[in-house]
Amino acid sequence: MDKLINLLYAAVLAGTPLLFGTLGEILTEKSGNLNLGVEGMMFMGGVAGLAGAFYYEKFVTAPSGALAVLIAVICAFFSGAFGALIYSFLTVTMRANQNVTGLALTIFGAGFGNFFGEVMANTTASGYAGVGNKIKDAFLGISIPGLSSIPFFGKLLFNYNILVYLGVIIAAAMAYLLNKTRAGLNLRAVGENPATADAAGINVTLFKYIATCVGGGICGIGGMYVVMVTCSGIWVHNCINGMGWIAVALVIFATWNPSRALLGSLVFGGLSILRLYLPLGIPMQIYGTLPYAATVVVLVATSIRQSREHRIPQSCGYNYFREER
Amino acid sequence: MVKQTETAVLLSNVVKRFGRVVANDKVSLEVRRGEILALLGENGSGKTTLMNMLSGIYYPDEGQIFVNGQEVRIGSPKDAFSLGIGMIHQHFKLVDVLTAAENIILGLPGKAKINRAALAGEIREISQKYGFRVDPNKKIYNMSVSEKQTVEIIKVLYRGADILILDEPTAVLTPQETDRLFDVLRKMKADNKAIIIITHKMHEVLSVSDRVAILRKGQVVGTVETKDANRQNLTEMMVGHAVSLKINRPQPAENGQEALKIEGLTCLNSDGIKALDNVSFTLRSGEIMGVAGIAGSGQKELCEAITGLCPVQQGAICLSRPEGENLNIVGLTPTEIIRSGISMAFVPEDRLGMGLVASMDIVDNTMLKSYKIGKGPFLDRKTPRALAKDIVGSLEIVTPGLNAPVRLLSGGNVQKVLLGREIASKPMVLIAAYPVRGLDINSSYRIYDLLNEQKKKGVAVLYIGEDLDVLLELCDWIIVLCGGRVSGILDASQATKEEIGLKMTHIDALKEADL
Amino acid sequence: MRPLASQPDNSRKEPFIRITKRADISRRNAALIRSAAVVLALFTGALLIITLGHNPFYVYADMLKGALGTKTVFKETVKTAVPLLSAAIAVALAFRMRFWNIGAEGQILAGAMGAAYFALFQYKSMPHWLLLIVMCIAAIVAGGIWGLIPAFFKAKWDTNETLFTLMLNYIALGIEQYLQNGPWKNPRSGFPKISMFTAEAKLPKLFGVHIGWVLAILLAAAAYIYLTHSKQGFETAVVGESTNTARYAGMNVSKIIIRTMFISGAIAGITGFMQVSGSDFTLTENTAGGVGFTAITVAWLSKLNPIIMIFVSFALAILEKGANRIQTTFKIPASAAEVLTGVILFFMLGCEFFINYRLVFKGRKERSNG
Repeated sequence: MDKLINLLYAAVLAGTPLLFGTLGEILTEKSGNLNLGVEGMMFMGGVAGLAGAFYYEKFVTAPSGALAVLIAVICAFFSGAFGALIYSFLTVTMRANQNVTGLALTIFGAGFGNFFGEVMANTTASGYAGVGNKIKDAFLGISIPGLSSIPFFGKLLFNYNILVYLGVIIAAAMAYLLNKTRAGLNLRAVGENPATADAAGINVTLFKYIATCVGGGICGIGGMYVVMVTCSGIWVHNCINGMGWIAVALVIFATWNPSRALLGSLVFGGLSILRLYLPLGIPMQIYGTLPYAATVVVLVATSIRQSREHRIPQSCGYNYFREER
Repeated sequence: MVKQTETAVLLSNVVKRFGRVVANDKVSLEVRRGEILALLGENGSGKTTLMNMLSGIYYPDEGQIFVNGQEVRIGSPKDAFSLGIGMIHQHFKLVDVLTAAENIILGLPGKAKINRAALAGEIREISQKYGFRVDPNKKIYNMSVSEKQTVEIIKVLYRGADILILDEPTAVLTPQETDRLFDVLRKMKADNKAIIIITHKMHEVLSVSDRVAILRKGQVVGTVETKDANRQNLTEMMVGHAVSLKINRPQPAENGQEALKIEGLTCLNSDGIKALDNVSFTLRSGEIMGVAGIAGSGQKELCEAITGLCPVQQGAICLSRPEGENLNIVGLTPTEIIRSGISMAFVPEDRLGMGLVASMDIVDNTMLKSYKIGKGPFLDRKTPRALAKDIVGSLEIVTPGLNAPVRLLSGGNVQKVLLGREIASKPMVLIAAYPVRGLDINSSYRIYDLLNEQKKKGVAVLYIGEDLDVLLELCDWIIVLCGGRVSGILDASQATKEEIGLKMTHIDALKEADL
Repeated sequence: MRPLASQPDNSRKEPFIRITKRADISRRNAALIRSAAVVLALFTGALLIITLGHNPFYVYADMLKGALGTKTVFKETVKTAVPLLSAAIAVALAFRMRFWNIGAEGQILAGAMGAAYFALFQYKSMPHWLLLIVMCIAAIVAGGIWGLIPAFFKAKWDTNETLFTLMLNYIALGIEQYLQNGPWKNPRSGFPKISMFTAEAKLPKLFGVHIGWVLAILLAAAAYIYLTHSKQGFETAVVGESTNTARYAGMNVSKIIIRTMFISGAIAGITGFMQVSGSDFTLTENTAGGVGFTAITVAWLSKLNPIIMIFVSFALAILEKGANRIQTTFKIPASAAEVLTGVILFFMLGCEFFINYRLVFKGRKERSNG
């Protein structure tokens, strides 16, 4: 039983960056932008989040952990959003091919992350860019007095770091936005059929920009999670390592539904750490490919089971120009 | 009757250009309250562009627009709504995966959270006033064409529009549905709304409108009271010179041999739904068989089953061969059909998405179906180039050159390239799906002539059409499809439009008549 | 009657800038616009260099020196360009079919593993020339199969190939790491490393660089002819434009997708063979080393034209070698190459807009032709 709880606990921790990436990309794709640059935006968010905490620690004599977390979140959000802004400008305003722009953003973002990660490292005596223990601890689990000590559920529900809860809140907020509000309805219309949305008086460009940039910002927070939590606040070269791409695949698994993204990221988070908990006698390196193999299975399964309701927003991947004849 | 002359919209010297093309050239037009104005013109005459400037889709390059006597600038669809202008587009602007109610409130201001119950009530109220029937919670993709149109109209009314523009509203409706729509329009007119209906169907203009404005090549060539107009003079104004409206119909070949015989054909469409159900008919050499039906009644699957593109569930498709016996091609791939010696040509509905490769030039498109001819792994472009030159010359195709991508050509020229290539293959059976859709009158008549030439040569022609007038004049026989089933096969020289219209929607009404 | 309160603001004037489509554009102007984009990208890079406290002219000059300055570095640059070129040809074939093969990385590794097997375990059983041929064929088969898998699912169920090919990259990498740590590990080494190849398994050199460069240029020429003059190339292009049209023309779409992706994967596999046999002389987890991704950039910047790819791959190789150089001289991280590549791509993507459209400013009359 303890083993199961530990596994689930670890799965949540490992799945959270995927959750952020998936949610960000769902929001983006709902606006009709297929931004393949999630990986790049996670790199950008990761390095910016670290930089925020790193320089905050450097310039303040007695840094506060909570404030460091807040700064990291904000920096990561805006850095990811900046990547998405480049993407939006190129695809929405300059009408560039979405696929290639997304790939370019991945290349750029990975370079951006590693570049500034190393620039930061070069400024330290130790040769690597990392934050001190106090800030590191702020990204560890919080324990809520009373609740956290409930057997079983205490560890499973009330013992994570604050970012895990932030991810769940974002998922719930997005589900509400998309299903219950006018803004969500308009956003869905933009992604499904921009010409219709345009004719209905919706500012298609604005919706695309906002959804894509906010989506990019959420991806950025996911990258920051990898750096600050998974890598314990130190820049590790190529730390995102394909997580952004798994997030893109998870969007399909989640059928563009934020609530299902919670489940998807939990499953995939579990797969990525399963080898530590359930050795099956498979070589470790092969075991490590499990999340990727599972993604392939999901892709194939969803493509075989085509459904009318749960599929990619219709205009996704195609740019909209009003005056095109 | 003061209200009758109250001006709702006034356009003054409006100009709109697209690159080198002048779509609207100094257009002036008046629309009054309590009247139905018909905007008549060929495809490409600038009707839709003009109306798109009223609905805020395009912005005019020059000229002024007045609404209710005040000069206005309509920079976006939002501006148009706030002026009470609502447009019902030819291609419905609806989001398939949303419900009717959701589509109706799209883009409207209001409380952040949607109150679905109140919304449904409001929609019911409008429906009752004008006599619509609609379920607010039905998803658009489950709706028929006429239901979708109803949603479009309610959407515009919900926004408080009192100037309504309808772009070719009857193109996809049956005659009966058209009548119902016209009833609604008359009710709105009585409600003192200003209504503009864009069309190129003469009889509709004459039956529903009060005044007609005729557009030609982007200019208004005249405005007349409908009561003073007739078919002939309107057509002449529209086309610019006297034309014979009659499509000549050569006598079908006597005792033409059976070229295509279909028996009990049943097919599923891409969604796995039965698109053709037990279809049987025979097409003979030297005759044109027309296929009538509401859009999506199985026309596409019929064409694609015959050409080997759509898998067949049941039934037989037998084609005659110049040498050898007739062959049932069910289960064969297009390549196998060609190899078996059957010569069949197909002009598909989707010209640039199926019949031609949009980004390739005329030469490459000419060899699309024949590129495999010749030995070796490399392409022979010499023969296709000569053929392309031939087609361009004989069909008078206007093109910057043989190496221009076909997407740069106009609709009529694109169709000529496609039809030219198909005819050049000297087919025994020619299938043409909506070959004149989107073409201007002159191009359309050129296409009819080409089809008749083929008929005279003894080709068996299957013509899928939408304009019942054309079907009745061009074809020898008309087969009516309703929901994938044959609801009647009629002699075109005796059938009437009403009869066909009824069969398009009702399968049972003719048990005793034909089957 | 509607209230008139919601009248739009009449003071709003016509939009300041409007966009109109160009009818066509001369080759010269298009080339000018693209060159301007590269210059602007380099200028943006210069701004970045300035913020790091360096003089951009010195840095760029040093990059050129590091890539072209001496015979030795020039050879290194060519060696870098070779896999970029051949991998770009591989992805271009798939891209021509609008099959977004971003799995060249995995296909390179698969090819490299296929070749390495013979290099490591069969080198004694055949002569030098035969071994090289066998290694090449093994690479073609392994890379081809790695490309064929997603193509099969694409053809059968329209499975998203972008993500599929990408996931196969990570799976190929996992297999390589397993071989490196397990069955193929050099027993004499303390580290998880694979032994160096023997001389029999190494590609010969021509003008000081392994003959892979000749092979890559020949591949470019062959790919050019294949794409523009062969029946198969024609089929690939038609399928890329519209599978409906292809079916209509009697083409077997599934077969074409699978065939093209086999060839694409095979060429990527050859790239892997050249890397292990000509450049690294062993198999590591860095054998592909991002080449598969950079190749996408090369293919796109060359507009899928294999001849242009020869020059673009060389230019990107200069960028990469130059970035390595400035890491040592200026302590600017080598990832600068990726950043700069990304920026150049952004500008190239953006500049297409000016090739396809024209801006009309308020008050200016449109000229009568574009």
